[in-house]
Amino acid sequence: MGYLEGFAITWRKFARGFVGDDIVTTEYSAGTRSGRHDEKRPKPERFHGRHVLNRYEDGMEKCIGCELCAGVCPARCIYVRGRDNDPADPTSPGERYGYVYEINYLRCIHCDLCVEACPTEAITESKLFEFSFTSREDAIYTKDELVVGDDGRPKRLPWEDWRVGDDEFTSGWVRATAPQGSAAYENRVAWSGELGYGVRAPEAGQASESATVVPGSHGHGHDHAHDGGHH
Amino acid sequence: MAEISPLQKILPDGLAGLGHNVLTARIEDVVNWSRARSLWPATFGLACCAIEMMAAGGAHYDLSRFGMEVFRASPRQADLMIVAGRVSQKMAPVLRQIYDQMMEPKWVISMGVCASSGGMFNNYAIVQGVDQIVPVDVYAPGCPPGPETLLHAIITLHGMIETGEILRRRATGEGAVQIEQRDGQTASGLAIGGRR
Repeated sequence: MGYLEGFAITWRKFARGFVGDDIVTTEYSAGTRSGRHDEKRPKPERFHGRHVLNRYEDGMEKCIGCELCAGVCPARCIYVRGRDNDPADPTSPGERYGYVYEINYLRCIHCDLCVEACPTEAITESKLFEFSFTSREDAIYTKDELVVGDDGRPKRLPWEDWRVGDDEFTSGWVRATAPQGSAAYENRVAWSGELGYGVRAPEAGQASESATVVPGSHGHGHDHAHDGGHH
Repeated sequence: MAEISPLQKILPDGLAGLGHNVLTARIEDVVNWSRARSLWPATFGLACCAIEMMAAGGAHYDLSRFGMEVFRASPRQADLMIVAGRVSQKMAPVLRQIYDQMMEPKWVISMGVCASSGGMFNNYAIVQGVDQIVPVDVYAPGCPPGPETLLHAIITLHGMIETGEILRRRATGEGAVQIEQRDGQTASGLAIGGRR
């Protein structure tokens, strides 16, 4: 009666799907349902999602229009044009700012080379990856959509599906504390603060026992020497 | 002067002259609802995006929640073509033939940046956007898009189906990209895709 044992396993697994033991499905439904039927899996801390253009804590834009991101982009999806700042009302600290900034999300492969190339940590990536378009024109994000709002949070566009936590870990923190990076950076703040988040606390690193990061924790390490040339 | 009955008024135009009334509006809702919830995809996995498409069909994301877990191997049984992966110039006529074999109504999701615009493969071998060959309804960005991004695109398409007209068909060249040839050798403003 060997085949009955096989059937028994099938039925046991089937029943456990109802009881709740063996449910593996995350019922993501893009906001069309609610509660348990619309959950999103938590993203890894260093996930590469939709970009944001950060601002300093005083509200100035970090982008200086240097076009290094556009130069390094393997998919040629970034278009940047810089312009001289108005001395009376500067957009960014320094001489120039990103006047035009466009990313074509039907070209972008989310490799994060732009984030690594950026000298001011202006462009970083959020954890938002749930978006789709009905025309090619909609997929080209301009500065209006990419620059963070006055509260420092990314703009939640109506066709994107933002959830709690998707806008955490978007600063230069993501790049500077990469585990595969130099061990000399462990426990050291080497990035500039940004609007809404302040200067993020450093990661303890793999050498430490308590290599944990509290999401959204606002560090107060204003005594560091390298802060992106601002202040 | 004799009163003209509403039935006489619509007779010359047939069903098209009926317009929206209580009866046809309800039928439209039911048809759209059932179409959106039994969308059977044709398998058109071309590259790494197909792995994510399979993951979306697996237990962890479970496309069968939307009644579309059956990836049909025959285009005649499918309503939706998910173009998952880069389309090479050699694959393009095959893709178009599969699309032509599908029954109306049919929809296309361009999954991933390679299918949508060529992505990082901006070269002579890859079609720079599958919308040059078939009319695309929804584009899913990402390289590759995760299963959740694909689900988002599918649900966007569900919304389009549920609010769409049931008898509407694509016109010639509708939904296709107008390609402007600037080499002076071919006609400018050439429309590829759509029904000809």
